[in-house]
Amino acid sequence: MMNMNRLIVFSRTFRIGQRLLGCHARHAGKEELRLQQRRSIKTHSRHLAYAKDLFLGQVNKAEVFPYPEIGNDELEEIKQLVAPVEKFFSDDVDSAKIDREATIPPETLQGLKDLGLFGIMIPEEYGGLGLSNTIYARLNEIIALDGSIAVTLAAHQAIGLKGILIAGNEAQKQKYLPKLASGEHIAAFCLTEPGSGSDAASIQTRATLSEDGKHYLINGSKIWISNGGMADIMTVFARTEVEVDGVKKDKISAFIVERAFGGITSGKPEDKLGIRGSNTCELSFDNVPVPVENVIGEIGGGFKIAMNILNSGRFSMGSSCAGMIKKLIELTSEYATTRKQFNKSLSEFGMIQEKFAMMALNAFVMESMAYLTSGMMDRPGIPDCSLEAAMVKVFSSEGGWICVSEALQVLGGLGYTKNYPFERFVRDCRILPIFEGTNEILRMYIALTGMQYAGKILTGKIKEMKKGNIGLAIGMVSKKLRASLGASVDLGLTGKDGVVHPSLEDSAKKLEQNVSLFGSTVESLLYRYGKTIVDEQLVLKRVADVLIHIYAMTAVLSRASRSISIGLRNHDHEVLLANTFCNDAFFKNNYWMVQLQKHSPENNDANIKKIAKQVLENRAYICSHPLERTY
Amino acid sequence: MSGRVLVGVKRVIDYAVKIRVKPDNTGVVTDGVKHSMNPFCEIAVEEAVKLKEKKLIKEVVAVSCGPQQSQETIRTALAMGADRGIHVDVSGKDYENLGPLQVSKILAALAKQEDAQLILLGKQAIDDDCNQTGQMTAALLDWPQGTFASEVSLEGDKINLVREIDGGLEHIKINTPAVITADLRLNTPRYATLPNIMDSLMNNETELHKPNHRTSLCVGLIPLFETVAPEDMQGGTDRSGAMLRHTVLQSGKPKRIILSCLCI
Repeated sequence: MMNMNRLIVFSRTFRIGQRLLGCHARHAGKEELRLQQRRSIKTHSRHLAYAKDLFLGQVNKAEVFPYPEIGNDELEEIKQLVAPVEKFFSDDVDSAKIDREATIPPETLQGLKDLGLFGIMIPEEYGGLGLSNTIYARLNEIIALDGSIAVTLAAHQAIGLKGILIAGNEAQKQKYLPKLASGEHIAAFCLTEPGSGSDAASIQTRATLSEDGKHYLINGSKIWISNGGMADIMTVFARTEVEVDGVKKDKISAFIVERAFGGITSGKPEDKLGIRGSNTCELSFDNVPVPVENVIGEIGGGFKIAMNILNSGRFSMGSSCAGMIKKLIELTSEYATTRKQFNKSLSEFGMIQEKFAMMALNAFVMESMAYLTSGMMDRPGIPDCSLEAAMVKVFSSEGGWICVSEALQVLGGLGYTKNYPFERFVRDCRILPIFEGTNEILRMYIALTGMQYAGKILTGKIKEMKKGNIGLAIGMVSKKLRASLGASVDLGLTGKDGVVHPSLEDSAKKLEQNVSLFGSTVESLLYRYGKTIVDEQLVLKRVADVLIHIYAMTAVLSRASRSISIGLRNHDHEVLLANTFCNDAFFKNNYWMVQLQKHSPENNDANIKKIAKQVLENRAYICSHPLERTY
Repeated sequence: MSGRVLVGVKRVIDYAVKIRVKPDNTGVVTDGVKHSMNPFCEIAVEEAVKLKEKKLIKEVVAVSCGPQQSQETIRTALAMGADRGIHVDVSGKDYENLGPLQVSKILAALAKQEDAQLILLGKQAIDDDCNQTGQMTAALLDWPQGTFASEVSLEGDKINLVREIDGGLEHIKINTPAVITADLRLNTPRYATLPNIMDSLMNNETELHKPNHRTSLCVGLIPLFETVAPEDMQGGTDRSGAMLRHTVLQSGKPKRIILSCLCI
């Protein structure tokens, strides 16, 4: 299913080989040696990565084992790049001040621009750093220490200019990317409208072609636009009239809009709970003239571009949250080991220890998932990792929120005051489950994409059986028989050709059991609901949660196996974390899957819906007050 | 004059790291601990790069003596603006015994080899706090030295220097070639920007040198007996009623003083 329009892709991981070849020409200049990564946009069927096969109860070992590795050169590069960024954030970034004054000081912004952080993924020929997804994720671990700066940078490069990067033509790239890379121009991503948040396809902003056919005039308004007040270049999505087979239809298109075109007004910055230093505001477009050359991709192809942009930026939330939690562990443990109550230091109490274990586990899982996903994305051929990226986002945003809250709890009253940064971290983290696709929408996306794929395969199999393919029928029946007779599951993770290290064998077996049960659960759900499964959100929520935990278990086993095999420092701690997490996730998954069985007594969904219906009908809590009397 | 400046950079444990002594008391834990360029060396590199930007010198060469990892420190110097790097490979036992005398011999030899006009060093390293390398290097080369420099300006073939000393500020004028050691207020080092770091990684401008007999490291080793963490601070003892007097003075009004002897 190769896209004929795709440009040839060179992966950075192959740079080492290229370097070896080119070592005799070491001083011949960097242009020959540095190969660029070019991303293209797929317009037809997707080549999904690892997660889709989980819906069939299969583990696609080759995709996730061994854990993606980067070359020594790239690792060296990362270490060198990380040092000045860390120094800048510890010396020159006053997060408390940014939060208090709800703005990032110009000197700090200039420092970020000078460091080169505004063009991390822009190719070098346009003035950026041309770094891979993995390095971008690594840098985000540090940038996430200040939420406002992280969001400003992400809004600029992860979504704001991504459209030009992945779907723009050469002329657009030449014109806009250099100034965006240096930070002279700041970018913003304008999709959300007052009436269209999660339902992005329903936007109402219009772009009408002018009479001379040279301009589009954009009219409408957008809200919650990060960098909206200071952006010079915006990727704006608007409805355009398109003719499809002679029928006039309204389709969304993407435009590069410069503030200099005129007609754009920004509202006042929103006063937010967290990430207060990030500029978020409303934008109004009043007959803004946009030249036709500024259309990104094709007219009518805007929605796909929007989804691709959002999908490609999500995975870095995993490493951002992991970086933040690691920092929190340092700050909190300092306090827990010195503060004494009841003649013991806090660190000796079980409930406090549990919090630290939870933080360590979460950071471990988030790191493993994020870098597994970025490693998959950096592979040549660019597999579609939108499913995996969405899973990373959901897990990290919710895990981060819980960890940050528990860290504050350890500090008790002190954590609640503004003298310590914990309350700021809590406020900054609250946005994570909301933006970049709410976790509710992403759960639907995760569950439905997978079920769609599974459904296609299953209907394919059923068709084959109807045609008289006996072998297939026998295969399916025997599989079901084996499963019901309680035979142990072997998906090839352990044993002779096993990819998981023997110390993780138990956890691998648990993963295999979960995956196999998941496959049959998905199958039975498809038979039970068919197409109406789209409306069964509580069912889909559990499907998504199970899948997310299965992916997390995979990531953790893959990473720990590699760590043991190559003997990284503290790999035995990693094994401990991996086994603990897998044990926990195994039982959670089983419980959810039990709830998904037909007529399961553990499932309260019907009652929950009834309660919600009654409450929402009356728009209030309807019980009589407990103190009421009837006589 | 070649217009070449040699800048010595040392890889030390990062200033922000909490130092822990090894359980066997033979030194501090360095394994897995974050290392970076000595802050005073950063100031020296910054000064050298500034001089180059003012076109007063032609080339900045960063030198580091140490194991393989010292190359990272040299690369940071390259990313800050140095033109070339020289890594003198010293590892294992030799590295543990490497001290200012040995380093100054190496620097002296390199200075002659590279025909350097100026040697810029940090005034001291934050791990050993020796404050000797600059002075020893100048002595070995028989060059004038300007230590604890807080202001440097080149005037023809002479250098005007302001030194921060205990009594205040001293203004001196020395001939070139010379050795200068940088003090805290000489300048504020720039950040090595990411594009510069990537450039420095691409251009492998670091030469590797192995010390030979001329710069023998075996002479004058100072044996290390023991490394011990400082004792925890104890409370003070009030030996002569000083606390009582302090309270009285604080309240501001004359009080009847009951002197009690608190000698312990």
